[in-house]
Amino acid sequence: MSAITGKVYVLGDNIDTDQIIPAIHLYLVPTIEAEYRKLGSFALSGLPAGLPPFVAPGSETSEYRIIVAGRNFGCGSSREHAPIALGAAGVKAVVAGSFARIFFRNCIATGELYPVDCVARLCDEFKTGDEAELRLDENVLIKAATGERFDLKPLGDAKDVIDAGGVFAYARKTGMIKAAGA
Amino acid sequence: MTEKILAQHAGKAAVRPGDNVWVRVDILMTHDVCGPGTVGVFEREFGKDAKVFDREKLVVIPDHYIYTVDKMCQRNVAIMREFCQRHNVKYFYDPDTTAYKGVCHIALAQEGHTRPGEVLLGTDSHTCTAGAFGEFATGIGNTDAGFVLGTGKILLKVPETMRFVIEGELPPYLMAKDLILRIIGDIGVDGATYCAMEFAGSCIESLSMEERMTLCNMAIEAGGKNGIIPVDRVTREYVKARTNKPFIEVTSDPGARFKSVANYNAAELAPAVARPHSPDNYAPAAACGDVKLDRAYIGSCTGGKLSDFIAAAKVLLGRKVSIDTYLVPATREVEQGLHATKLDGRTLAQVFADAGCLPVAPPSCAACLGGPVDTVGRANGAEVVISTTNRNFPGRMGSKEASVYLASPYTVAASAIRGTITDPREFM
Repeated sequence: MSAITGKVYVLGDNIDTDQIIPAIHLYLVPTIEAEYRKLGSFALSGLPAGLPPFVAPGSETSEYRIIVAGRNFGCGSSREHAPIALGAAGVKAVVAGSFARIFFRNCIATGELYPVDCVARLCDEFKTGDEAELRLDENVLIKAATGERFDLKPLGDAKDVIDAGGVFAYARKTGMIKAAGA
Repeated sequence: MTEKILAQHAGKAAVRPGDNVWVRVDILMTHDVCGPGTVGVFEREFGKDAKVFDREKLVVIPDHYIYTVDKMCQRNVAIMREFCQRHNVKYFYDPDTTAYKGVCHIALAQEGHTRPGEVLLGTDSHTCTAGAFGEFATGIGNTDAGFVLGTGKILLKVPETMRFVIEGELPPYLMAKDLILRIIGDIGVDGATYCAMEFAGSCIESLSMEERMTLCNMAIEAGGKNGIIPVDRVTREYVKARTNKPFIEVTSDPGARFKSVANYNAAELAPAVARPHSPDNYAPAAACGDVKLDRAYIGSCTGGKLSDFIAAAKVLLGRKVSIDTYLVPATREVEQGLHATKLDGRTLAQVFADAGCLPVAPPSCAACLGGPVDTVGRANGAEVVISTTNRNFPGRMGSKEASVYLASPYTVAASAIRGTITDPREFM
């Protein structure tokens, strides 16, 4: 994927995995299709009260396709439910000042979404509801209303893995491993 | 140390920070929350008939959602039970049997699965606890774990090492929890992102294995990839009492490169708390005396070991708590220790009962991470909690409205007596 357009949801620093997917929902098993979708309906339901709902009540997916956040996004637990809940809700990318290590790796392993580091602090430049275009090939996030362009750090080889749909799909595509059951 | 262990497991003479290497895995641990998803990935990718890489190297320890009537949680344990039976997995600690242990990171150590020089991966961020044994241990997601389950290998980036040297005897009012809260306060919740945190110095050498586990356990709270402590006599005695498997001791080379070195003098540190809503929101306990509490909680992989309960009991002996005080031993072995260990002729369990604490709950992760609504100790409203656990992000113990202060068992016990945050020196 080279370009992602859509509405932005803006968050601050240290958004931890309990805020992304509260532990009460961890009984859901991501490899079971119906439970995968249900995880999406709870994406970011652990955010403090007062913020706009990320997923509208009664819906399984979010109207926001891009999250713009501060430092250390995805810190805390190793639960893969976190990138999966965001991906299941329809999020295509998180643009953040930095990422917690396990969350970043889980994004790539699952291929659920692109975790992209920004250069300037973009959570101060965008507000929730802004339309934006993320051009991964150019490493830039563009604010639709003004045309402003914000530089992003390249994802490197990780982009190819996410493009393929995760580490297993990538490994098969590139011949590193055989097809399932082959 | 971390580089040497990873090099050995990659079959290389040496590796450097930043290298991506394929590493052989000695132990893969999973539990009831991430196990079913891991198994799901494994079967989807390798086929329903595929075999696990080694039936003796997979350790399955259900511990998160055990004492709940929630049918889905029970289903997840059943998925793991069926999988372990089908694959003849040697180490499955079934909650429905006497084999049940409790919190995975403590059970791993007590059952002899943590051994110096090895690579231990787990589908839980606090897997870094095992670094206390001089091994490389870190948390991974379901997809990576599914890959390990099929191949016994993982691609890892070699981390840079941040070294923390703590010198001097730990004063009697301090615990490892105070050290790590201070370190996280100093470097922040992303201060060690991608890095190994190596703890050394005369203070570390004087610590028990359980205290060393507390230090390494919270490496993830600074964003660390792993925590690690050199092997010594204390390590050897603990490990040899629990397993007869051989192990290789790895030490840091003289002149090893470190990303940073920080020095602390144990005598200069103070009983610490991390205020809401972040583990790096450090303050001395003595500076938080105006915080009125609703609840105290002693438990989890961080603060639910036998030494944690002994510490709390020392403070509570002959005194009364003034707020609800929850006690959740990490494992069955800890639970048994509450009845077998005595202070002044009273068992720890009796000391806690005399002090007016709530009845001892069965071992599990319980309210450390909230859990199902019927979880013992779960914060369901705007409670102000002081806890020996590891995280206090919004909603971590259940309710988003709750405020959680992290502290050592000494400080939690002292605060439970007074009902406000209290420096334990006031009762020592």
